[in-house]
Amino acid sequence: MEIVLALAIGVLGGAGVWLLLRPRTFQVLMGLSLLSYAVNLFIFAMGSLSIRAEPIVVAGLPATLEHYTDPMPQALVLTAIVIGFATTALFLVVLLASRGLSGSDHVDGEDALR
Amino acid sequence: MRHWTESLMPHLIVAPILLPMMTAALMLLMGERRRGAKALLNVLSSALGLGAAVVLLLWVDAQPGPLAFGVYLPSNWPVPYGIVLVADRLSALMLVLAAGTGLASVLFAMARWHRAGVHFHPLWQIQLMGLNGAFLTGDLFNLFVFFEVMLVASYGLLLHGSGRARVGAGLHYIAINLLASSLFLIGAAMLYGVTGTLNMADMAQRLAQIPAADRGLLQAGAAILGLAFLTKAAMWPLNFWLVPAYTAASAPVAALFAIMTKVGLYAVLRLWTLFFPADPGAAAPFGGDALVWGGLATLGFGALGALASQHLGRLAGFSLIVSAGTLLAAIGLRQPAVTSGALFYLLSSTLAVSALFLLIELIERSREVEDEAIRPDSAAEDAAFNPDEPAPAGVNLDDSEQALVGRAIPAAMAFLGLAFIACTLLVTGLPPLSGFVAKFALLSALLNPAGLGVAAASPGPAGWSLLVLLIASGLASTIALSRTGIRYFWAAQERPAPRLRVIECLPIVGLLAACATLAVLAQPVLRYTAATAAALHQPAHYIDAVLSARPLPSPSSASP
Repeated sequence: MEIVLALAIGVLGGAGVWLLLRPRTFQVLMGLSLLSYAVNLFIFAMGSLSIRAEPIVVAGLPATLEHYTDPMPQALVLTAIVIGFATTALFLVVLLASRGLSGSDHVDGEDALR
Repeated sequence: MRHWTESLMPHLIVAPILLPMMTAALMLLMGERRRGAKALLNVLSSALGLGAAVVLLLWVDAQPGPLAFGVYLPSNWPVPYGIVLVADRLSALMLVLAAGTGLASVLFAMARWHRAGVHFHPLWQIQLMGLNGAFLTGDLFNLFVFFEVMLVASYGLLLHGSGRARVGAGLHYIAINLLASSLFLIGAAMLYGVTGTLNMADMAQRLAQIPAADRGLLQAGAAILGLAFLTKAAMWPLNFWLVPAYTAASAPVAALFAIMTKVGLYAVLRLWTLFFPADPGAAAPFGGDALVWGGLATLGFGALGALASQHLGRLAGFSLIVSAGTLLAAIGLRQPAVTSGALFYLLSSTLAVSALFLLIELIERSREVEDEAIRPDSAAEDAAFNPDEPAPAGVNLDDSEQALVGRAIPAAMAFLGLAFIACTLLVTGLPPLSGFVAKFALLSALLNPAGLGVAAASPGPAGWSLLVLLIASGLASTIALSRTGIRYFWAAQERPAPRLRVIECLPIVGLLAACATLAVLAQPVLRYTAATAAALHQPAHYIDAVLSARPLPSPSSASP
């Protein structure tokens, strides 16, 4: 399970960074999104992975991390997802405004090659 | 006064966050019209926020010695679990600085900029809320949330006024900040994974007991977190976004953004001193060298950039980078006396650069007036300031047969020129204003690491480099600013006087007067910053104060 998660984070993060360095604004947006997915999975992984463990205390089970999964990273991921979603939407708006004003989807507003 | 303040505590600690939040909510409810009412509300709320911050500062300063901490539990949860707000000397100082620049900038925006977009006022208040929250919070993830609040509002404010330059710069600014936020999250998650807590005091306490095997993970997490903060704090080579963004922003927004780089610096100062306390055995705490040499590189880069820039806005941006570099290097040395001087420098340089950003708008506008054809009616209006009488006989004449004496400088031009000179003195650190006091405090602390009168070890290579670069960057700024001043103020004689409004001049005068006050009251301010630096270098007090906070008993459990 660890290796699957690590690979997922690695692939998402690598693809995100590569796209982030591309010259088109939409690629940058996709890169930022993929990077934020990688980060969210990473936060999730920091709360020690466990299968079929509850995050909320159940009666009769001692309240230690051996019997439960850590609820904290899940709460953090939730917040990070919300914030990431909102900022991505904002970036999309600015991207469209930039496209409209400059007539180009290059991150600098103009193509160096042209 | 004392009684009155005590009755407000501890709830006053949360006021700098609640006040702008409520104001912003109220403004949003008011809809898209009623700009005048919102403007009034914005100014009132900003002034009230400044008042609250000053009261908080006085309260903290009145507390005895190392125990100057106000701890507030917003949701009344016990300490390591709930969110904590901590007001100590550093937080109170930053709150006052943020509120001061905020009030000055919003007054300036009243003249014209607030009419350029619909949601200027709510965004402004949300920006202040994010700033204040970042300074007050004692929880790492809460710090992230307040950073995001601040940044999202700053995206909106940067784009305020629209136009291709702003949207282009805004695109880069948003992308780089989203990336930095990802780094912030990775760093915070790693630290949580190592320590199992997000409360900064609790985390600092547990870091001491981390087994050696996890030390690498901890340092990697701290370094990634540091990268996120240093991007905000504009350390070279993470600061290429700053100058284009700040040049493109409208003047009041750029003036407010002068405090934004200081937020990253505040976070570095707070977390680094807390997590890696000075160990008598070890030579230097983790990351100290990176801060010092990174700061020096930033300082050099800023000075060279200032020399190379032709545009006043870029010059102000590079002045900000110079101040960021100075502060990073000074903090990285990890000596209480140097940190104290650096905090004074932070106050002075932030106010000065903020005033410079506001002033640039007026200067640029006076140039635009010059470029226009002189209208006959404006010439008539200016006659009061420009007596255009024939020279009396026997007067010394200049090249174009005009009298060299008795030609009045227009009052507005004189104001611009004097304010520009004051900004130059402040930014370059020349006497008699507070910039000089700040640099003097820094230099003397660098030369006497063990205190005045004690013949101690020399400053060391990093200290000497900072000393030399500090003086050299002052020279570079002097050259750059005086060259620009000559070009802008000593050029054309026939220009009509620029028209300034009182509401635009008032904030500049206020900011410069604050710097003059800093110079006059240098002793009490330096005593305060020295106490701040001493408290920062003994994080045990902070940890004790936070961890000993107890939630209030609930009414139901209090009465059995």
